[in-house]
Order: sequence, then structure tokens, then C-alpha cells
Amino acid sequence: MNSPDLPIRAEFVYDPAALELGYTGQTLYVNVETGAVEARPVTEEMKRTFVGGRGFDLWLLWQAVHDATRWSDPENEIVISSGPCGGITQYPGSGKSIAATISPLTDIVIDSNAGGHFGPYLKFAGWDALELQGNATEEVIVLINGASGRVQLLAAPPDCPTDTHALGHWLNARFAESENERELLSFVTAGKGSEHSYMGCLNFSLYDRKRRDLRYKQAGRGGIGTVLRHKRIKALVVRARPFKGDSNQPADIDQLKATGAEMHREIARWDPVQNRMRSRGTAYLVQTMDDYDLLPVMNFQYGQHPDTPQINGDVWEQRYTQNLPDGCWYGCTVACAHAVDNYEVRTGPYAGTQVIVDGPEYETVAGVGSNCGIFDPDTILEINFYCDTYGIDTISFGTSLAFVMECYEAGILDRTMTGGLDLTFGNSAAALDLLHQIAQGEGFGLLFGKGVRKMKAHFAEHFGAEPAFLEDIGMEAKGLEYSEYLTKESLAQQGGYGLTNKGAQHDEAWLIFMDQINNQIPSFEDKAEALHYFPMWRTWFSLCGFCKLPWNDVVDPKNAEAEEPAKIPHHVENYVEIFSGVTGREVTADDLISMSESVYNFQRVFNLRLGKGRREHDAIPYRSAGPVTEAEYHSRQARYDRQLKEWLGLDPEAMGVDEKLAAHRAYRMEQYEKLIDAVYARRGWSADGIPSPETLRRLGIDYPEVLAVVKAQLPE
Amino acid sequence: MITINQRDELPWQAGMTVQEILDTMSYTFPRVIVSIDGVVVPHDKYAVTPVPDDADVRVIHLMAGG
Repeated sequence: MNSPDLPIRAEFVYDPAALELGYTGQTLYVNVETGAVEARPVTEEMKRTFVGGRGFDLWLLWQAVHDATRWSDPENEIVISSGPCGGITQYPGSGKSIAATISPLTDIVIDSNAGGHFGPYLKFAGWDALELQGNATEEVIVLINGASGRVQLLAAPPDCPTDTHALGHWLNARFAESENERELLSFVTAGKGSEHSYMGCLNFSLYDRKRRDLRYKQAGRGGIGTVLRHKRIKALVVRARPFKGDSNQPADIDQLKATGAEMHREIARWDPVQNRMRSRGTAYLVQTMDDYDLLPVMNFQYGQHPDTPQINGDVWEQRYTQNLPDGCWYGCTVACAHAVDNYEVRTGPYAGTQVIVDGPEYETVAGVGSNCGIFDPDTILEINFYCDTYGIDTISFGTSLAFVMECYEAGILDRTMTGGLDLTFGNSAAALDLLHQIAQGEGFGLLFGKGVRKMKAHFAEHFGAEPAFLEDIGMEAKGLEYSEYLTKESLAQQGGYGLTNKGAQHDEAWLIFMDQINNQIPSFEDKAEALHYFPMWRTWFSLCGFCKLPWNDVVDPKNAEAEEPAKIPHHVENYVEIFSGVTGREVTADDLISMSESVYNFQRVFNLRLGKGRREHDAIPYRSAGPVTEAEYHSRQARYDRQLKEWLGLDPEAMGVDEKLAAHRAYRMEQYEKLIDAVYARRGWSADGIPSPETLRRLGIDYPEVLAVVKAQLPE
Repeated sequence: MITINQRDELPWQAGMTVQEILDTMSYTFPRVIVSIDGVVVPHDKYAVTPVPDDADVRVIHLMAGG
């Protein structure tokens, strides 16, 4: 590895630990402000209770911060960990990194995961997790060199770029000794957009052997990139030691090979006739969501649009280049990570250059596309490229843009307030101008970059907007912008967004089809059970370093014969085998849920510790539950009128639209409150959403400091 | 009358097939399990399997997430 001529501010020499049963047994602490660097042990208690990944992130972050810590405080950390199964190559989707910090958008803990190579490479450099603390006084690069056993805090020179695609090339040119060594390097970066907004994302690099170039996967949610840039960290650089399929030193490599081979056969057999992830990636969902009236259109007002075929999976399949299955970690046969090569940038500082655009994935297409009334694939690619290189979360950007576009069309905003931007739905040029403003930290973009919650407050205070209307249409929960699904007709998914730890992100629970289409969970108790099981199940992926997609995006039809097909039981069994095969811990499917339950409840208590995490914080915007405007009502009038008859015994013929809207609102919000009651009861929480001491004891997280937080919140 | 997923109703017509029901309901997602009165219909029989009047049709989409 090259030793670039950069000033060394701190150096730590270590003995890269050999992995054993998926763990290195130590975590790395780096304070970019003081230069302190330490190795910290991973205890058996940590492994048993917090497993790894998000669990380690939360445990380490809990030790680092105070009750009053906010995102910008020096004690706030970014913690990154993969998990014990991260880095195996026998089973698809086993290369995830999970990052956590206190979020600038929500003021509570955010966790967000990404593909790419960093998490596994961190392990192959000797570390189960990385803690970054302090706010540096100059621009720095953190180098973790597993080959030489050195951690260095380097001063970044003035010519070091900030935007991800340029910075990646700069880092490769300085750190990689040879083309082959590039494959052993991975970076975490953000961009200029992260510096001026609260919706900054982290980009996790992978070196693409076929393209001989860098690509990036994003830990997008909650502003972790914002925290990275606030710490003045330009980049994290990890250099892995050479590794093989057994570098995790698993307990039973034969088990991993056997379970993995069966899954690879299943993918090869069924993906081509099911979702075609290998050719279209997650963008396959665009048309499906539209077909079922679930695609967000014009700020979640509607679920379908006649122009959706212009941006659906068939279009992206034509635009993706190379037409090869394309994974973000070795051995992944789902291979959904597609890209458009040689895209010529049309606007902004990189106009005229040719770049790789990773994706676009479903959330990006729906978020910056249909939800903003933009049905032009080139605009979506342009926004995707700039969001990534500027370090901006495409979901928060898209949902925030949809919000201001509706505000503009509703007369809440005008050109005098937007700095001249005509933010009507579908205005691609204005959308890109706004994106560039965020990166420059100027104009309306500076306010926009703070996200929907802060814009709502600003519009009400300074622009005379009606606060209640803004609360109805501003699609955020806990301060985090909604990801891209319409939930009006799925009470369970309203809970899937509202009754989360981190805010409105669907990776805890995605129950729309089970609920709205299949009608498999009709009662409150059914929904509560689903809102217990699925969030716990999905949390488990983030403890171990797994991607969720191989669980349920390709499935042998024999699954139809299972007792609970929605759980994909034969895939759950795969994960039992893989976890045991790596760690040597004999576990059952129920044990996996118990692991998650401990971490999930710990995160809830963490929110309480930071002053949130109660029932009032699980509120949702009304548009998530029902129609806000007359236009929305009229767009689905037959459905809404029928519901008034069936649900409430009302005669819609005798009612005005205002009365109908009011009747829907009262009923739907009452249903949501009843859902909260049922879910809290199922999770072992009080009516105010606080985990009971009994629940904490049952889960083995009744540490004195955890119990103290809960007891302080409960009535005497 | 045919009941879909214990909630939605469709008027029955003579000769109606499973595929026609899927088309009428705009059920385009490929990974579904269809049963008629508790009996699962194989995927390759949708176009030729008739649905009797008063049938309890379940169309379970194996879509568990974004």
C-alpha cells in the first residue's frame, strides 16, 4: 500500500486479530479531535446480547453519549459494524455494513445500512466495529491498514475533493499501490451536500472488477453523512488483508456451503420468472406499486400515474449497462446492484463529464420521480448521481421535494420565498437547481436541506402557512422523511412507519400486501402480531450483516405449502443454519427473534434517554392514514364513499366533501390509536410506549442504567 | 358472487377462470398463491381453472417488502 505524503496527526500500531467464529474480538475507537486511538475488547456479553452490527453500534454509542447529547456535539459518534456473518461469501447478501449515530433530523438514534465492501473489510483488517468520536479541527482522513496493522489519522490536503465520485478517484490514486490492491480498499465518504443539509448520507465504496472502477452503496437515512462532515472527516479508508471464503473462520464451513448452494439454485431457478432482480434490481417494484395504487405520486396524494411506464423496471433494464448480474458483495447471486455507465452529466459542476450512476433503485425512482411528478429517466439519473456524489439521501430529498412542490402549488410558497424557483410538480430543472443549492449551501436549498419537519416550522412561522395543513401533508415521522410507499389503505403499514424506533423507514416492517391486498391480518391483534414479528425479524438482518433481499425477493413456490408463507419459513431456516454455521451457537428461529427483541427494546430505551420514544413521538401525518384534500377524495371517490357506508353506516349521497373528509379522518385516526394500544401491549410496553422493567428483564437488558431510564419515565 | 380474500366481491360469470379474476383485480405481481375453497391452484393452471359461483378465492401475494 502506498504511503501518501500526508501529515500524520495520530498513529496506532496494532496486531490485526485473526477472526474466530465471525468475530475479531475487538473494536476500534478513534477520536478525530484528540487523536486518541484505542482497541477495545468485545466481551462475551456483547456477543450474546447485542450480537453485532446494529447491536454493537447501539451499545457502543450508549456508552459514548450523554442524555443531552445532540448530533453536532463532539461526544456523538458514528459507529459502523457489519456483524458476525458479514463477509461470508457462501450465502447471498452477506456484506452489509450498519452505521448509527444521533441524527440531525430526528435527535434520536438513527441506524442505516449499506452494501459495499467497507464493513467486511473492517473485519478483515481486524475490527468488529469502528467508533468515530470528536469534531476535528481540520479536514482529516482515517486510515485503517489491516496489512501493516496501523491506524492513522491523516490531515487531508486542500486539494482533497469532498464529493464522493471525485474523492474516490483521489483516494485510489494515493493509497492503492497497484490495480490489484484497489480490490482490497474500501472508502466511506459523503459530499458537499452533507455539509449544508441534515439529510447527508454515507457512501460505501466497492471496487468493481468488471468496470475497473469504484461504485458506491448508500447508508442513506437520517443524516449520518451530515455528522461525518461535521466531524470534518473527508473519508474513512480501510485496507483489508487478503481474504477467502473462510476468512470468518466459521464453525462449520460445510454447512455454509450446503445452505448457500441450495439458495443459489433457488435464485437461479426462480428469479428469472419472478422479480428479475438480477436484471432489473429493485426498480421492478415501480410498476407493481403503480398497479396496486401504492406508488407515491405528487407528495403521496395518489397511488398511480399514467406516465409510470416511462420510469418502470423495463425502462431501467434497457438503461442498465453491461446487462450482467451485479452484486455489491462477493457471492451474492441476487445481484441487484445495477448501474448506468458513461452517463454524461448535464448540469452543475460536473456537467460534461461521464460517470457511473449506481442504480437507480426503487426508492430513488419513486422518491425523486413519481412523487415529484417527474417521469423523465434522465432527470432521475441526474438527481441520483448528484445526490450520491453530494452525499444526500435520495429518499429524504425526494420526499422533501414532493412536500415543497405541493406547498408551491397550494400557494403556501411562491417565487419570492423560493429564490425564484418554480417548484411546480414535474419541474426537473428546478429540482436540479435546488439540489445544487444544497451542495453550495445557498438560497432556498439551505432551508430545504434541513428536511420536512424544520421546513414545516419555518413555513408556519415566516410564511404564514396554516400549521395544521403542513402537519397533514408533510410526510415525516419523528423527523425522518417517509420512504416511498402509500399507506392510506393499510393500517398495519401506517404502524410500520409510525411505530418504529428510527422514524418513517420501511426496513422495520413492510406489511402493505399482507394487510391491504391479502387481508391476512384483519384484526388489531393480527396487525399487532405482525408489527411485533416482522420488525424483530428484519432487525436481525442488521445485527448479523445480512441484506434483507434474499429473504423474500425470490422464493421457491413450494413456500405456498408452508403454514405461514409470509415468513418464508424455509429461508428463515437457512438463516438459522448460517448463523449457527458461522458462530457455532446452536439457535432456533425463535432465538433469532429474541436476539432482535433485546436490541430493539434497547433502542427504544435509548430514545427515551434522549427525551423521545413516547407515544406522542409515534404520531404520523394524516396523509399517511387518509385523504387530506378534496382532490384526493375525488380521485378515489368510489372507494371512499363505499368505506363510509361499510365502516360507518353513513350515506355519502347526503354528505358534502368536507363532511366526508372529516368522517374519514375521525375514523382512521381512531383506528391508528387503537393499533398503537394493541402493538404496545404485544411488545410489552406501557400505554405510553415505555418498555416495562419486566420486559427488559425478560430480554436480559435490565442493566442498572437502562432500568433507571425506564423507571424515571413510568408513573410511581 | 365470488369473494376475494374474504373481503372483495366479484360478480360470477359462467366459465370464469382464475386468470380472469387476476386480470380483473389487476393482480399483476407474479408471486401469488391462489386457492379456491381451500385448494391451491397450480401456477400453470390459472388460465384453464374455472371458478365456481360462491367460491372463496384467496390470492396471497408473497410480497413482504421493500
